[in-house]
Amino acid sequence: MTIAQAGPPRQAFRLSQLLYDTRYRSLTIQVIALFLLAALIAYLIRNLVVNLHDLGKDFDFGFLNRRAGYDIAQTLIPYTNNDTHLRAAMVGIVNTLLVAGLGIVTATIVGILAGVLRLSKNWLVGRLMTVYVETFRNVPLLLWIILVYAVLSESTPAPAAFRGDEPEASKLFGLVAFTNRGTYFPSLVWGEGAGTLAIMLLLSILAALLWQGYARRRQAATGQPLPSLWVMVAILVLPVTVAFVLLGAPVSVEVPTVRPTGIARFQGGINVLNSLVALWVALTLYTGAFIAEIVRAGILAVSKGQTEAAFALGLRPGRTTRLVILPQALRVIVPPLISQYLNLIKNSSLAVAVGYPDVKATLGGVTMNQTGRELESILLLALFYLVVSLVISLVLNIYNRRISLKER
Amino acid sequence: MASPGPRRAATLDDVRSRGTLNCGVNPGLTGFAAPDASGRWEGFDVDLCRAVAATIFGDPEKVTFTPLSGETRFTALAAGEVDMLARNSTWTFSRDTDLKLDFVAVNYYDGQGFLVPKALGVASAKDLDGATVCIQTGTTTELNLADFFRVNNITYEPVPIQNDAEGRQQYLAGACDTYTTDASGLAAARSTFETPDDHIILPEIISKEPLGPAVRHGDNQWADLVRWTFYALVAAEELGITQANVEEMAAAAGDNPEINRLLGTEDELGPMMGADISPQWAVNVIKAVGNYGEVFDRHLGPNTPLGIERGLNAQWTQGGLMYAPPFR
Amino acid sequence: MSELHAQTVAQVRDTMLPPVPPPRRETGAIRWLRQNLFSGPLNIILTVLAIWLLWVALRDVVPWAWRGVWRASSLNECRAIRDQLYPEGTSAACWAVLTDRWRQLVFGFYPASQIWRPPLALVVFLLAVSPILFARLPRRLLWLTPAAPFLIFWLLWGGTIWGPVAAALGFALGVAAFLALSRARYPILALLAGILLPVLYWSFVAGPLARALAGVAPLALPAVASKDFGGFTLSIIIGLSGISLSLPLGVLLALGRRSDMLIISKASVFYIEVIRGVPLIVWLFVAQLILNYFLPRGTNFDLMLRVIIMVTLFAAAYIAEVIRGGLAALPRGQYEAGDALGLTYWQAMQLIVLPQALKISIPGIVNSFIGLFKDTTLVSIIAMFDPIRMASSIRATTAWGGIYWELYVFIGLTFWVFCFSMSRYSIWLERRLERGHR
Repeated sequence: MTIAQAGPPRQAFRLSQLLYDTRYRSLTIQVIALFLLAALIAYLIRNLVVNLHDLGKDFDFGFLNRRAGYDIAQTLIPYTNNDTHLRAAMVGIVNTLLVAGLGIVTATIVGILAGVLRLSKNWLVGRLMTVYVETFRNVPLLLWIILVYAVLSESTPAPAAFRGDEPEASKLFGLVAFTNRGTYFPSLVWGEGAGTLAIMLLLSILAALLWQGYARRRQAATGQPLPSLWVMVAILVLPVTVAFVLLGAPVSVEVPTVRPTGIARFQGGINVLNSLVALWVALTLYTGAFIAEIVRAGILAVSKGQTEAAFALGLRPGRTTRLVILPQALRVIVPPLISQYLNLIKNSSLAVAVGYPDVKATLGGVTMNQTGRELESILLLALFYLVVSLVISLVLNIYNRRISLKER
Repeated sequence: MASPGPRRAATLDDVRSRGTLNCGVNPGLTGFAAPDASGRWEGFDVDLCRAVAATIFGDPEKVTFTPLSGETRFTALAAGEVDMLARNSTWTFSRDTDLKLDFVAVNYYDGQGFLVPKALGVASAKDLDGATVCIQTGTTTELNLADFFRVNNITYEPVPIQNDAEGRQQYLAGACDTYTTDASGLAAARSTFETPDDHIILPEIISKEPLGPAVRHGDNQWADLVRWTFYALVAAEELGITQANVEEMAAAAGDNPEINRLLGTEDELGPMMGADISPQWAVNVIKAVGNYGEVFDRHLGPNTPLGIERGLNAQWTQGGLMYAPPFR
Repeated sequence: MSELHAQTVAQVRDTMLPPVPPPRRETGAIRWLRQNLFSGPLNIILTVLAIWLLWVALRDVVPWAWRGVWRASSLNECRAIRDQLYPEGTSAACWAVLTDRWRQLVFGFYPASQIWRPPLALVVFLLAVSPILFARLPRRLLWLTPAAPFLIFWLLWGGTIWGPVAAALGFALGVAAFLALSRARYPILALLAGILLPVLYWSFVAGPLARALAGVAPLALPAVASKDFGGFTLSIIIGLSGISLSLPLGVLLALGRRSDMLIISKASVFYIEVIRGVPLIVWLFVAQLILNYFLPRGTNFDLMLRVIIMVTLFAAAYIAEVIRGGLAALPRGQYEAGDALGLTYWQAMQLIVLPQALKISIPGIVNSFIGLFKDTTLVSIIAMFDPIRMASSIRATTAWGGIYWELYVFIGLTFWVFCFSMSRYSIWLERRLERGHR
């Protein structure tokens, strides 16, 4: 510590200095605090050990390697009921991250749209957005999840309705089927030569980006704009199309269909569970309402003079928003936005209300209940959420530091 | 390796000094446990709690009902939050051993079944290939279901739901082809539908679900008390003791020595279970809730909306499995 | 100007014409519509889209709600009445479930004869916080504030009044000892006495004292057990007690986080980040399942108390961040002024910093409360009878099995009314504070 700096003339050290001398007092307080903290922790752990012993339980993560024995409705990584509890927990983690990721993307879009539209000159739209924001912000998320789920399962047809020559229900564009079990999307089937096509696609994306960079640099250097958008589209589309035809259509689309016999059920395509959709939609609309408020406040925080100055320079309204207002608003928007993202991730644990198999439902639900290892399960669960939250806030804080105003 | 420490060994003393029995029940399962309009708990499992309270205190109202979700019931029992669990829980090997519970008896023999709409055109559970199945999480039904479909080599998609009410809702909305839970629960669900006749319960019962009250490992005296309270109900039915005639039969010793022993007119069985248990304990129990058959008829039987037949739960003399060991 | 001007015949009008009304398309409703709804192609599209959305959302809901049946004792009766009144296949709400079960949705299983108590407790709470929330009210009301928690506790749980009174005396004792000794310039001793005396008093004196007083003057309300609390009463109790109890801890954590002392500030940061990094539902599971493992054997307080404790610890981390915002918003000069006057840390905090920081934090605290109040619905997942769980349990009875929307619409609307009015208050307060700062 830095206490030993040359200070007042040295005297013999007296005990009372620990309390009354400001140089030592903070040290004293910290030592006492540390001692109290350690005592508290020791007390809690001692209780834990005694209680576990009395109940004949132990603290052991071995249960994670036992057979799980239950099925999970949505598995993005391979899983059967013969896999271990650890595997089931991983499936849950992937599912949590999926719904959180999807939710963050859509909530941001919805939030920005609603926030901008709330400031719209159109009276009806402005009011409607206010109603949206106030409705969703002031009713518990749990209720929204339950209600969205109920609306989904009551307003969509059963798979049986898609069966037969003249089905009662029809797919959207003949491709996407909305049912009360879930939404079925067409999937891509990879044939021979699909790898080449994928490499082609990657290369053209790279080429398009390079072109954009070149065009920008040139405009900055010479002032002459190069046609950037159309060239990029051409670079992206043309080679891939040519390759697609030459390779003999290696990638085909598989449209989900109802199997002709047995219980009506869709085959092929990608199935998105209704519980996922419900959770996703509810999280999106709920968080979107909060983000809309943040965006609105951010835009209002940019002073009117900025807009007027931009107009005076002859910028069109669209460019004014994009080049002048948004970058400045972003500085106000980002910090609260980060905490909304973190809220969304934590709120995804409400999946339990609709039975979406997230990590709370697998590790903290079925596994915990079947093995009776609540202490270990909850500890792991808390650790998972904590790590995700910390990582995300770390990344976003770095981003925030980059865009924040550099004051000199 | 249950530690024989002195702790928890005195549940009965704890209950006595607290003055009320803490009983864990289902937060809402038609016929088994649900609060009525005035907030009073009613149901088949609830009456067992009242019976145990009557044994201990002579007063069936000295019960505190703690509603427990499927996921937390065993932990609540292990942590001492409740003294006993009467929450339609299945007696299984791992729950009895690994979870450190003691199932003291079986108060309802159930089995897992499937409820399907008639329109589905399925007559047997084996035709359910590819079906979407609504299932409550945190129960044995989840594991049975996985086993059943694996053994029969057919596939299914689980739709996990939180509780029975939600299961009915999802099933009626058509979000699943079939709803699976204990057959008693299916009957209860069907009874609340707008058109019950459009739905059938498939004949297959895919599992054994012996539902019973559970207590913590390691307190044998307490386990005995709960066990014999339950068997008193069963024996009372067998011996023809009812809520109506119990006072009269207990007034004086009769011809049947077992009735006399049960009702405390001969021998004093009560104090053997615990120091302060009244010799008249069984009288209190039967006066409070009636015998097993009466409890069953009141909450589940053919005259209730659930309309469940006795089936396996009839007395052994009537072809069922209810068989009380002798009171001697 | 020239002289000519005066002689020329007046060709120029010398009186003002009355103003002509603007063209019809520029007035009244039409102008408003043109300006606000149809000012450009994009706006026209948006307007049409908005009208379509409204139509889709309301076309089924409004008739369904309007036709609702209000008097029936079960869902089947409701359906029978509906079939009598309307042609077959018409959908109609069954609001009767609310008239039949409203008491459970609002009060849970609180005894019917006692349901005046929770609202009265709420009134006491509002009176106690009103002088803090509304600056114009007389300061004398502040005297009620310290007494309110004990009064509210007694009103809600009942029992003899002397228990809470005896407990309150402990606090009074501690404060008195602290003040007396710190006036006598023994700060450390004052702190010790302020903590130790009440603890000793609670462990040895309070119980017998309460019993003795109850023997002398048996002033008691019928006791109500925690398990009987439910519905919105439960939500409000958990939410309000969570926020108000977490305030002191939140202030300490916020100060700790800004402290120069390394250990204190790191410990505060650790606590805040851990609590905020994990969802409330996981903490509730901790309260329900594993809190007991960390307490001495045999301790077993009821679930509601455990949940309140957990929610308090949870809310403290959020409140700490709100207050930290308030502390950061104060100009540095305020801190420096305190130092310049030679005030000690606690004096500076108490007299200068905290009063200002707390004042600007109130909108944030109210917002935290709104969030917490909505989050109380999560206790339904651990089988406490909040409105949502209550709805499930009503749906599990034979009379009302199969009902759905009516219950949830009611719950949602009630939450909305509560939260919306509080958020309006918070916005109003923010505006007023903004003006106050200029």
